[in-house]
Amino acid sequence: MLHYKIRKNNEVLNLQAQAAFQIPLEKNLLPAVNGAVIGVALNDKVLYQSLEADFNEKPHVSPPKTPVLHIKTDNTHIGYGESIRVPENMGAVFAGPSLGIVIGKKACRVTEETALNYVKGYTIVNEVSLAETSFYRPAVKAKCRDTFCPIGPWVVDAADVDTPQDLAIKTYVNDTLCHETSTNQMVHSIEKVIAYISSFITLDVGDMIIAGTPLRTENLEIKADDVVMVEIEKVGRLVNPVAAE
Amino acid sequence: MKRAKILLNEETLNVTVNDDNQVVTEQGAVLDEGTFTWLPPCEGKAFVLAINYADHAAELSFKAPDEPLVFLKSSNTLIGHNQKTYQPDNIDYMHYECELVVVIGKEAKNVSLEDAMEYVGGYTVGNDYAIRDYLENYYRPNLRVKSRDTCTPVGPYIIDASEIPDPHNLTIKTYINGELKQEGSTKDLIFNVPYLVSYLSNIMTLTPGDMIFTGTPEGLAHVYPGDEVIVEVEGVGVLKNTIISETEYVNSLAR
Repeated sequence: MLHYKIRKNNEVLNLQAQAAFQIPLEKNLLPAVNGAVIGVALNDKVLYQSLEADFNEKPHVSPPKTPVLHIKTDNTHIGYGESIRVPENMGAVFAGPSLGIVIGKKACRVTEETALNYVKGYTIVNEVSLAETSFYRPAVKAKCRDTFCPIGPWVVDAADVDTPQDLAIKTYVNDTLCHETSTNQMVHSIEKVIAYISSFITLDVGDMIIAGTPLRTENLEIKADDVVMVEIEKVGRLVNPVAAE
Repeated sequence: MKRAKILLNEETLNVTVNDDNQVVTEQGAVLDEGTFTWLPPCEGKAFVLAINYADHAAELSFKAPDEPLVFLKSSNTLIGHNQKTYQPDNIDYMHYECELVVVIGKEAKNVSLEDAMEYVGGYTVGNDYAIRDYLENYYRPNLRVKSRDTCTPVGPYIIDASEIPDPHNLTIKTYINGELKQEGSTKDLIFNVPYLVSYLSNIMTLTPGDMIFTGTPEGLAHVYPGDEVIVEVEGVGVLKNTIISETEYVNSLAR
């Protein structure tokens, strides 16, 4: 089952479909979730390895002891088909392909063993960011700009995704495949991330975790007038045009 | 006008608070303290300023920043007036932080310094507890330090901006069990209210109900389970809460 949201006559409708072809993508969808969105940074093996030498230097001094979290505020959330607006004079802007883990049951202090019982399903996230020049201070300026978090087009039931920790993720810019990764590249597993976050943040129904984004190489750079598509195996494709702010 | 949100018989109500600090429903009924639960007075993004008082920067051995050092809290951490904050087991550095909180009143995007105050709807009081044992040098201050369940009391109510003609001359005080532990003034803010509204609105769109916790002055002290902590911003409000142990907290969840 696929779950999606549209706006009709100023009302938000929560709709369901059995198959992707039944969902009219020509109309812009709303973000597939409407709760809190928490991202896990440095949760990609290649990205992590690229910075490992820096972790023992100032200002970090030592490697992260726990998963590194950040918040994508409401103003960043947009749906399928809506434009990502990139600022001028702020340097390069990068796509951030990631699996979105959607919470289906209130999760407070849950164990890794039971963590997947709290997952409603999965969606696709494009965690757009300015260059990740530092992981020392919260990246509000780089990550919380309006439209910097497309989410959708839908949430696929967890029951329909049998291998969430082994899904191919492909990013296309203007129909050219420019980046490939997989959820098997996560440093901390889906279960670990849910258990860790829920140890001090109660996750509510509809909240979402951005599982992890890759190293932002120039392959992932997006510019005004591009169209960016993130495809995740067994979940779907999230397409957004890019426009100047 | 002072506006608040409460939970009464499992229903969320928008209420006002009269000059005697009594809660009044939309129907005009005056409610007795203890018959309802105070909720955070607004729902929105929660921005917090780190090191926004020069004296507090010195206390933490930091030099004052060149641009606002802003972090975010997720909504899980917010609780209302007169509620309980739990202290995790096996920690040594749990500190309160009394703060003036600016509440956005209308949508703000790319607002100039000159116009910024027009977007302030009101003010409330926040207590930005930190568990400093959990600090790590990644997106510092990290969420485990600052965005914990029950760790951000805010309220009791929002007072209209028109009733606070000068937000930059308000005394800030924290009491633990009645003893004054922290005292400062918003006149010592490094980045003042219009600067913060303008700065944030140039990064993103601010919407009504968004909160800016403006930072805390010097005067750190530890708190322990059983402590009653009162944070007060002159003319804005008095926000009380109680520290409980992790065991008490876990037991309260099971009920």
